[in-house]
Amino acid sequence: MKSPLSLRGLTKSYGGQRVVDGFDLELEPGRCHGLLGPNGAGKTTTLRLALGLIEADAGTVELLGHVLPAEAKQARRRVGVVPQVDSLDPDFTVAENLQTYGRYFGLSGKTIAERIPALLDFAGLAGKADAPILTLSGGMKRRLTLARALVNDPDLIILDEPTTGLDPQARHLIWQGLRRLISQGKTLLLTTHFMDEAERLCDIISVLDHGRSIARGSPRELIAGHIEPHVVEVFGEGLDEWKACVSGLCRRCEQAGETLFCYTDNPDKVVAELEAAPGLRYLHRPANLEDVFLKITGRDLRD
Amino acid sequence: MISFAWFPVWRRNFLVWRKLAGPSLLGNLADPMLYMLGLGYGLGALLPDVDGVPYLNFLAAGTLAYSVMNSASFETLYSAFSRMHVQKTWDAILNTPLDLRDVLLGELFWATSKSLLSGIAILLVIWVLGLYEHFALTLVLLPVAVLTGFCFAGLGLSINAVSPNYDFFLYYFTLAITPMVLLGGVFYPTTAFPAWLAAIAAWLPLTHAIELARPLILGQWPQGMLLHAAALLAYGMAGFAAALGLTRKRLLR
Repeated sequence: MKSPLSLRGLTKSYGGQRVVDGFDLELEPGRCHGLLGPNGAGKTTTLRLALGLIEADAGTVELLGHVLPAEAKQARRRVGVVPQVDSLDPDFTVAENLQTYGRYFGLSGKTIAERIPALLDFAGLAGKADAPILTLSGGMKRRLTLARALVNDPDLIILDEPTTGLDPQARHLIWQGLRRLISQGKTLLLTTHFMDEAERLCDIISVLDHGRSIARGSPRELIAGHIEPHVVEVFGEGLDEWKACVSGLCRRCEQAGETLFCYTDNPDKVVAELEAAPGLRYLHRPANLEDVFLKITGRDLRD
Repeated sequence: MISFAWFPVWRRNFLVWRKLAGPSLLGNLADPMLYMLGLGYGLGALLPDVDGVPYLNFLAAGTLAYSVMNSASFETLYSAFSRMHVQKTWDAILNTPLDLRDVLLGELFWATSKSLLSGIAILLVIWVLGLYEHFALTLVLLPVAVLTGFCFAGLGLSINAVSPNYDFFLYYFTLAITPMVLLGGVFYPTTAFPAWLAAIAAWLPLTHAIELARPLILGQWPQGMLLHAAALLAYGMAGFAAALGLTRKRLLR
């Protein structure tokens, strides 16, 4: 099967600065793909290039068998987009939002009306068809935006930070919805700043920094390939003295503020040492995607 | 190729408008109507006939053009800006198979439609009060309203494209719309203008609209009708072309 989206050597500069710099991405049909990277890494620009909204300086974009930007309009017929910023029509009800959006795809009112009950059901908004947008919570709006992206029954769904600003309950509901889409065979491409989200949802992750792909693989592969399996986070009184004598036990130690991150294959010895240091508190956990992300993109702030 | 891809955008605006049609119509029409009736009867009582007709009849054509201009301008400035900048409606549409040209054409034709509606409302008053010479000629005011609306919708969209916020529109109204109202012949004939002022006035889009509307109300075919119509069309198309380029720079770069 052909790749739903293939980006090759994609390059885009603004004011002499390369925001996307020779980026490659090949989506696999029916899988969930994550695009991770610090603020300003080029994620949103990449998505806009992939949709044919802006033109690349160099490189090629092929979206659902169409070469962009020439055939962007045809290609977007089969794509659903969940943008980062809320763009629902506040003057319309829930159902009117779906009706209006479906028309942009050239769907008839009848076709859209037939799809609306299932879409509302999917979004957990059954019974809310006639509710004005202003009465919806943030989570409901997000779910409606997701339902809106499905109105054209897309093959590929692109989501730009789909759960930013939501409470844990609302995030879990969105995740359930996205899992259902994956099980229906849809291809997903999402950006997120939540590593747990990427770890839970994504089959394949690309880490982007300074417009370049710096790592790629499944969450497990990335963790196994880039980082020691165990992390012990240490904080409290006497950290500096303890740090000096423990360095031999860890493969790598990183201090961020008042916390020391010890990366190790052998956590028992470190924990035993810590039990003997009464002023210190610690958290022992398996390494996760966030550790990988911080290791390869650094701990510096990017805004 | 003629494409109607813009139609869903027009339709979206229409459906929102339909929900708020009552207050929107009232707001659009009360102002020009009060101007026309207040000035027409009040000031008109003090004046002799203007261009051979009572002042109210003279004012009717100016009011029609002024009302159509305002309607198109408000729609493409404040309302379109809300959709583009505040509600991100345009961004949402651009993620679908529609492109920026479709969005802007939908806005252009929507603003034109709304201004035609303003023109029709003023025309109804003109008919009810019998402020015309030949009824058949007043029907030509409908295409004149469409052309005038198109012209100011195109110009408005180009201003919208470069506006950082709502306050910016005040410049346009102060520096473009108000001078046009004062120099274009809405309230008085411009025949007494000194040559240099008349030369400036002759270039203004609103002047062309009034040069078309006034004779039609006074019972004559306008002189240089095609020229005035072409000027309105040209201003509108130039405005739209600028709007397309500038909005692309703003949203799609």
